[in-house]
Amino acid sequence: MSFSVRRLGAMLRKELREYRRSPFIVVTMALLPLVFLIEPMITIFRIGPSVAANVADKAVGATFLVLLIAPAMLPAVIAAYSVVGEREQGTLEPLLTTPLRREELLLGKALGVVVPAVGIAYLLFAVIQICARLFASNAAVVSALGQGPHILAEILFAPLLAGWSIWVGIGISTRASDVRVAQQLGTLSSIPPLAVVALVSFNVFTPSVTLAVVFALVLLVADIILFRVVVALFDRERLITGARPLRAPSGGGQIPPAGAVRQIRRIERTGGSGDG
Amino acid sequence: MAADTAFAAPGKQRSDKPPALVVDHLTKRFGERTAFEDVSFTVAAGEVFGFLGPNGAGKTTTVRTLGTLIAPTSGSAFVAGIPLTSNNGPEIRQRIAIMPENPGLYRRLTVTENLQLFAGLYQQHHAAARIGEALEAVNLTARAHDLCGSLSKGLLQRVGLARALLNDPAVMFLDEPTSGLDPVAAHEVNDLINGLRQRGVTVFLTTHRLEEAERLCDRVAILSTTLRLVGRPDELRERLFRSSLIVETLTPLVAPDDVFNSTDGVESWRPEGASSYVLSVTDPRNIAPHVTRALVAAGADVVSISESRHSLEDVYLQLINEDPEASQR
Repeated sequence: MSFSVRRLGAMLRKELREYRRSPFIVVTMALLPLVFLIEPMITIFRIGPSVAANVADKAVGATFLVLLIAPAMLPAVIAAYSVVGEREQGTLEPLLTTPLRREELLLGKALGVVVPAVGIAYLLFAVIQICARLFASNAAVVSALGQGPHILAEILFAPLLAGWSIWVGIGISTRASDVRVAQQLGTLSSIPPLAVVALVSFNVFTPSVTLAVVFALVLLVADIILFRVVVALFDRERLITGARPLRAPSGGGQIPPAGAVRQIRRIERTGGSGDG
Repeated sequence: MAADTAFAAPGKQRSDKPPALVVDHLTKRFGERTAFEDVSFTVAAGEVFGFLGPNGAGKTTTVRTLGTLIAPTSGSAFVAGIPLTSNNGPEIRQRIAIMPENPGLYRRLTVTENLQLFAGLYQQHHAAARIGEALEAVNLTARAHDLCGSLSKGLLQRVGLARALLNDPAVMFLDEPTSGLDPVAAHEVNDLINGLRQRGVTVFLTTHRLEEAERLCDRVAILSTTLRLVGRPDELRERLFRSSLIVETLTPLVAPDDVFNSTDGVESWRPEGASSYVLSVTDPRNIAPHVTRALVAAGADVVSISESRHSLEDVYLQLINEDPEASQR
């Protein structure tokens, strides 16, 4: 599998330009995170100066979990739109007529969603940090927020959770026949990581470094597997014509020797849509 | 089915270059439905090749198949000298350009931004210069920074053509480029296609506009699931229609049999209206003076004698009317 950085870059630039010109996407992306700011802020500022350090630490832990909901939820709808949306607006076919490989198209789309989603998640985290340092009355809160493992967890989990939602969303998008269906299903993609977050919040699991590492590894493997699955699901022929291609045993793909232009051989197979 | 072997376009020197397209017994089926079947033809480098056919004849599916967007069920092809196989998709697409019927531009992006995307996808090294040249070729430099959403359909088609020029393609597939355009916009697009011909670009043009195909194309193929005919427009006319003269007299001839049957070169005749006659002849240009003399000798008042010109439309309708399935689609 080979990627062209230039092609990925071209796709990413296009995606970001489209967001910039779509006020609704920008407003939705900006408003939703505000909701995620309110609860952690209230939690942090309600902790008085006399509250014990271990209680403050627990509250900060819960705050981090809430903050991780944003990167899991934000990309779901946009990712679900990514392929079926291009198809509906008639821009998918011209894209597929270029040398762009399906892996590059999908990665470009994913990057276009992950960049703003993770950016917003980090921004929320930074805002909480700054507000806590300026206004929190309990020194233990500020100390807990600044702990290395907490910061590392935020940096690691935000892209991994976003990756999960994005690949599930894009996978749905490659198979959906309608934007609305894709977006409805896409919203469900954030349920599994949210469920884990909820289980931790309700103390079903006790947050620990081990749990965090295991969860991060599981997410990383899941993201890689999902990427491979989505690449396999991406079928040019189905996307262009809406028809399932008839698969025959593969075999072609060998370039005949030079000068063989007139020595035409039968392909007797399908697979032209299965290339990069 | 008619297959052809002539690579050189009329009026051009036989090219030393290998053919731009070689299609051999290509078939595409979607389940039980056959999109096109057993299609074979060759397109020479630098040729403008028209692909005609009724709705549902398989024209767009053929373009998509040759453009590696969909896979053939059987048969083989070479596109820009590269075998049409699954692994060669990116290489083929690097050397061709396809302009679909709907140019499919990002309406929230400007003309330049749209072209920047595609220049990036083709990995153009001097993208800005290439975009400038492409815009100049389609006379759109002044609209470079306009949002595509603000452009008329004719201008969007021009942007689509500029996009197709970005990678300097060996073969350019234009799928109904004038579909839905008003006559002025269609004329502009035709001028651009003529410009491509002059630059030596191989153009594979699908169209419904037969006069457009006749004017622009070196050769045409008529498809109705299977390929019905391939050839130069005048060649197809000759193949399907006998040469004929149309004679019009002021008053009906008293004894037309005597006049026409005794004239050398007239193979048969039939009346068409009260004082018009259609004569089947071997060589209209040389027979016309003989016919004129015979009519004058018979005392007829000759209004006109002209060669019957069959258009590509006549050829097309003749072929399509022979195909009962075409009218069902």
